[in-house]
Amino acid sequence: MLDQYRESLLIFLGINVVLALSLYLPASAGLLSLGQGGFMAIGAYVSAILTAWVGVPFVVALVGAGLAAGLVGLLTGFPALRIRGIYLIILTMGFGEIVRIFFLNFEPTGGASGFGGLAHLTGLGAVTVVVLLLLVFAVQVRGSRIGRALEAVREDELTAEVMGINLTRVKLSAFGLGAVWAGLGGALYAHHALFIDAGQFGFFRSAEIFLIVLLGGLGSPWGAVVGAAVVTLLPELLRPIQEWRMTFFGSLLVIMMVLRPWGLVGRSRRRMVHG
Amino acid sequence: MLLQQLVNGLMLGSAYALIAIGYTLVFGVLKLVHLAHGEVFMVGAFVGLQIVLWFGVGAGVALLGALVGTALLGMVIELVAFRPLRARGAHFLAPMISTIGVGIVLQEVATKVFGAEQVGFPHRMEAVTFHLGPVTVTSVQLLILGTSVVLMAALHVFVTRTALGMAMRATAESLLTARLLGIKTNGIILLTFAIASGLGGAAGVLIGLSFNAISPFMGIDIGVKGLAIMLVGGLGNIYGAMAGGLILGIIEILSVAYLASSYRDAFAFALMILILLFRPQGLFGSAYHVEG
Amino acid sequence: MLEIRRVRKQFGGFTAVDDVDVTVEVGTIHALIGPNGAGKTTVFNLVTGVLPPTSGRIAFRGTDVTGWRPDRITGLGVARTFQNIRLFREMTAVENAMVARHCRTRGGFLRALARLPWREPVSERETRRRAEELLEVVGLSGRRDALAEDLSLVEQRRLELARALAVEPALLLLDEPAAGMTPPEIRELNRLIRKIRETGVTVLLTEHHMSLVMEVSDVVTVLSYGRKIAEGPPAAVRRHPRVLEAYLGPGA
Repeated sequence: MLDQYRESLLIFLGINVVLALSLYLPASAGLLSLGQGGFMAIGAYVSAILTAWVGVPFVVALVGAGLAAGLVGLLTGFPALRIRGIYLIILTMGFGEIVRIFFLNFEPTGGASGFGGLAHLTGLGAVTVVVLLLLVFAVQVRGSRIGRALEAVREDELTAEVMGINLTRVKLSAFGLGAVWAGLGGALYAHHALFIDAGQFGFFRSAEIFLIVLLGGLGSPWGAVVGAAVVTLLPELLRPIQEWRMTFFGSLLVIMMVLRPWGLVGRSRRRMVHG
Repeated sequence: MLLQQLVNGLMLGSAYALIAIGYTLVFGVLKLVHLAHGEVFMVGAFVGLQIVLWFGVGAGVALLGALVGTALLGMVIELVAFRPLRARGAHFLAPMISTIGVGIVLQEVATKVFGAEQVGFPHRMEAVTFHLGPVTVTSVQLLILGTSVVLMAALHVFVTRTALGMAMRATAESLLTARLLGIKTNGIILLTFAIASGLGGAAGVLIGLSFNAISPFMGIDIGVKGLAIMLVGGLGNIYGAMAGGLILGIIEILSVAYLASSYRDAFAFALMILILLFRPQGLFGSAYHVEG
Repeated sequence: MLEIRRVRKQFGGFTAVDDVDVTVEVGTIHALIGPNGAGKTTVFNLVTGVLPPTSGRIAFRGTDVTGWRPDRITGLGVARTFQNIRLFREMTAVENAMVARHCRTRGGFLRALARLPWREPVSERETRRRAEELLEVVGLSGRRDALAEDLSLVEQRRLELARALAVEPALLLLDEPAAGMTPPEIRELNRLIRKIRETGVTVLLTEHHMSLVMEVSDVVTVLSYGRKIAEGPPAAVRRHPRVLEAYLGPGA
């Protein structure tokens, strides 16, 4: 149906949507993380271990990857509770770096040489299913009690707490769930790229995910799709952009900040962060 | 043996201190984190290298060249990524995100222009070793320590004794008040960026000489470490940054000498996370700055 | 209903609330007044758990809530409005009111998932109904779907009130509810507060508009520089020499 190249592109698009949603969820509670790459790495490596060494079916590997990333997410979520704004961004950056350095040195999973020889288990079908599930989840959350709580926490933590919202529970679950989804993204990625190493999940990856959410805006989960589309497909359509991909993204970040800090999609009423 | 390691740590730490000071200066004046500072450091290393390769001069001139070059780069960054946002009254996180973009651009441009592999300074710059009692130091290490001390001292004098330096401190205390007092705050901010970036560039050459390894990817690592040091030392506190840099340098060297060497880089981040959790104002900062 | 026992709050060297004893009886409208800086808002912050007291005890309906987290205290039945209006600006009026129902409802991420797209779950409908009811009470039905930041000042104050009521409190704290209001609006507020009392809610309010305080309150407590200097029915307090001194200066 689709040639291999186009199919691969769509799979990457889907993975980027998953990763974007993984940031979208905590961000909608005001938790900006520049360390989703770290959770992605955990998901990638855990899923690789499960399929390559233990030989489980892909679905089990996915679940395992998500759970592992989620567990780490909860652990790192605790410190995140008391920290906001730029400090949280820096904290998550540090976390991302620690994960990268860990896998860079962890010999059992290949260390600097990476982990290769993975089976291609990520088909377009699998990705589509995961993307749809997560999108539906995100949309359902939006118009619900927990969705309102998330937004209240994002707008004004103190008032939200006074209005009866348990900050700890809301923030931890948003952060942890985001980590789970990033882990899923990592697992999907690992079994499409067939080779993973620590360098693929470093700061650039986290920044790319951040850019996608920035482009899409926080107004709606569909923004993640738009943002992912821009970041994944645009370089394919424009050759010069492809060769200078990161320069393009970097410049886009700067330009976005100058012109429209709140993204391309979503009502402009949705501001990105705590006012 | 321990003494030797401490000395090594001090040398490394003083270069770290220079980077941390750069972050601190910018934070002090703008209350913002300059997330492209690490890449400025990286550019400095390359500029220094190119100067040596093109003109065949020694480390001293390279250092000077890098300092000037990155100072200019710093000013450009201010004009492009910070000032327009200030003019528009953008949200406080916007400039920092914008610097992430700048950093990414710098890194890729460096990769394209200089190649992605690690390079080193040419052989003629090889170190001469001196034996001072139980301790051995190389000429490179002395250069690092000497330069750092000179630069930090110069900064201290500048900030405390000169009119411009005081204008800078006034701007750091309160942008509005400084402006009301007639200080050209935009110019001061530009100057701050120049100094901060120049220090970062100098540190780039020094670290490049020290490890003899320069690559476009050295920026991110150092960048986040510098952030960690700034946080540990206390935001906006120059002397805290100096102390923090030295502490980190010593910890890293000791960890290489006595523990598993490859996880060395993780110490900076672990330290930072600990500080963020238990003492967000840093070792020397005041609690005032804490609220994000 | 509410017992504030020898509560003190110190910020470094500054004592904002100094050994204050206040008891708010069930079903009353109790006013807390005093010149600016007397510590009224601090008391509110202490009661709602926003700040922990340096010493002393706070008990609500017999339960010691000293040092409790704000959301737990709210869960027990305490709600407040804010002097400088802290609405969720990017949410609509009805959404603001619905958010406050949080502690009276249940359901997190899993419950959100279970929602069928073509039918609103019962709890959602119920939440929305209660919220709209309250908007009706404060007269904001027509502005249901307006963004909070687009409302006028008076409308925002009304929304603050509706939101606080949505918590279904037993004790309602109103922080300067009449600020910026015209006399007809204040009369309306007076009526509203009485109506709220009729539904069984106890009200504790701080205010600068003396006319409102005198007309609507059953008991008035006066603070000055963090200390309680007078307490009693409005008529008695207004003539109290120390109160006059606090407001008008010595020799008044």
